[in-house]
Amino acid sequence: MIEHDLRALRRALAAKEISSVELTELYLQRIARHNPQLNAYISVDPESSLAQARAADQRLASGEGGPLTGIPIAHKDIFCSRGWLTTCGSKMLGNFVSPYDAAVIARFAAAGAVLLGKTNMDEFAMGSSNETSFYGPVKNPWDASCVPGGSSGGSAAAVVARLAPAATGTDTGGSIRQPAALCNLTGMKPTYGVVSRYGMIAFASSLDQAGPLARSAADCALLLNTMAGFDERDSTSLDRPPEDYSRELDRGAADRPLAGLKIGLPEQFFGEGCAPEVMQLVDTAIGEYRRLGAETVAVSLPNMDLSVAAYYVIAPAEASSNLARFDGVRYGYRAAQYEDLNDLYGKSRAQGFGAEVKRRILIGTYVLSHGYYDAYYLQAQRIRRLIANDFAEAFRQCDVIVGPTSPSTAFKLGEKAADPVQMYLSDIYTIAVNLAGLPAISLPCGFAGGLPAGLQLIGDYFTEARLLDVAHRYQQASSWHLQCPAGFA
Amino acid sequence: MSLTPEQVRRVAHLARIEISDAEAASTVGHLNDIFTLIEKMQAVDTRGVEPMAHAQDVGQRLRADRVSEAGEVAQRDAFQAIAPETAAGLYLVPKVIE
Repeated sequence: MIEHDLRALRRALAAKEISSVELTELYLQRIARHNPQLNAYISVDPESSLAQARAADQRLASGEGGPLTGIPIAHKDIFCSRGWLTTCGSKMLGNFVSPYDAAVIARFAAAGAVLLGKTNMDEFAMGSSNETSFYGPVKNPWDASCVPGGSSGGSAAAVVARLAPAATGTDTGGSIRQPAALCNLTGMKPTYGVVSRYGMIAFASSLDQAGPLARSAADCALLLNTMAGFDERDSTSLDRPPEDYSRELDRGAADRPLAGLKIGLPEQFFGEGCAPEVMQLVDTAIGEYRRLGAETVAVSLPNMDLSVAAYYVIAPAEASSNLARFDGVRYGYRAAQYEDLNDLYGKSRAQGFGAEVKRRILIGTYVLSHGYYDAYYLQAQRIRRLIANDFAEAFRQCDVIVGPTSPSTAFKLGEKAADPVQMYLSDIYTIAVNLAGLPAISLPCGFAGGLPAGLQLIGDYFTEARLLDVAHRYQQASSWHLQCPAGFA
Repeated sequence: MSLTPEQVRRVAHLARIEISDAEAASTVGHLNDIFTLIEKMQAVDTRGVEPMAHAQDVGQRLRADRVSEAGEVAQRDAFQAIAPETAAGLYLVPKVIE
């Protein structure tokens, strides 16, 4: 049962081979057994999950329900979930039981999915290794001495270890795609504005976007069908007609299913900076795409090497503003002792935030301060435009851009934790996508030294269905995505 | 450019994060590493380039100014149940005005 994809699980539920309660219990048992070792979940609440499962079973018994009814899904602990502890990986929210549901949580609940638990993450989603979580690092199920990636590392570890059939994540600079690559999952960041940010604890609002982490592109499509949709409570939500993101997937198999597809290979993705063993796997996957009928063209993203610099101005600037709300007054952590109101703020924030979050707030406060705004923030926004223009130019020559997701396979716990800049460079291939607001997906493309590597596909705005199909065709012709880490089968 | 521990303390004050002299001294190295990364931007000529705030350049929507949620008192109680300190429906903080 744990190797079933979402459609197979749904068929098993419909055929009464298993009930939603039994399925939920199966996963809760697996979490109880394996989570102490992996630390992928921050919270589980069996009573709450099983109540949802019983309600789902009733819907199923009366022949109602949709594609996800009765299926347990894990959610990153960045999504406010009514009645659940919602920590965002921080001591600051260590006592925050959310009084309301995020839009994503409400949409899964309405679809009849079961909230299986809340997954570990870098504090306020600031990190690429899950080591900044106040609740301890997550271990990579492929090698417990390695990181799972971040910031959605708990979701990634949970899904690949079969502690959840699928999960949600959020991606501000690569936080879905990079852990997907490091854990052998398929993870998608949709076009900015496709999934509502309501109730998703804000890090950098102009970059944050929620998306699915699952074991196949087909599963991601089903999850995105539930997640996507206009929401008037999010001022940047896009009012577009609903789409079926799995509509391309049922096209019949063909010899060359991707004939006519033009894949752009940007020189900036294939230069120095990527581990040779990862590059070799990416090259082999591109060869497979040619076999499936795609042709490749050389493209260029000349400003891509500025993306990390621009990102580390824009994201901290927005974070310093967003995180001003955590002040010890209305919810969250308050210092035990203080003299006056300023002291209450200063001590609560000093004690409630971890080192990386503080660093980013300090950078953001500095670049927004008087006299520096033009030189840093406006300059970063102008470079953001240049990067978006580069992609627009590239998409005049190709349908999909392909390259590595991460410059290496999973690195060791502690390897980069003491050097923020080295950690930031883990996201050199993913950040430009967030700055431009484009959709992108990471999918498994093989193993080096026993650790998985990810292939990244980037599409033009609103081409999620096409990207999912391009990923799906590769997965029909390969089995990397089906591999399960030893000890979790 | 290069930050000094004194500037770090000033920025930390603006951000309302208490910081000791020892912490300011130990974080200044990391911050300067990050600024070295960021400085790469300064060599780029961006004259005439329109700053990009959001990926989708859409205007802000307006909505009617009306109460959209029922049961304000129950809502307030639910939200204040998780507050550090409240009384009579108000959030309590140390006295601000003597």
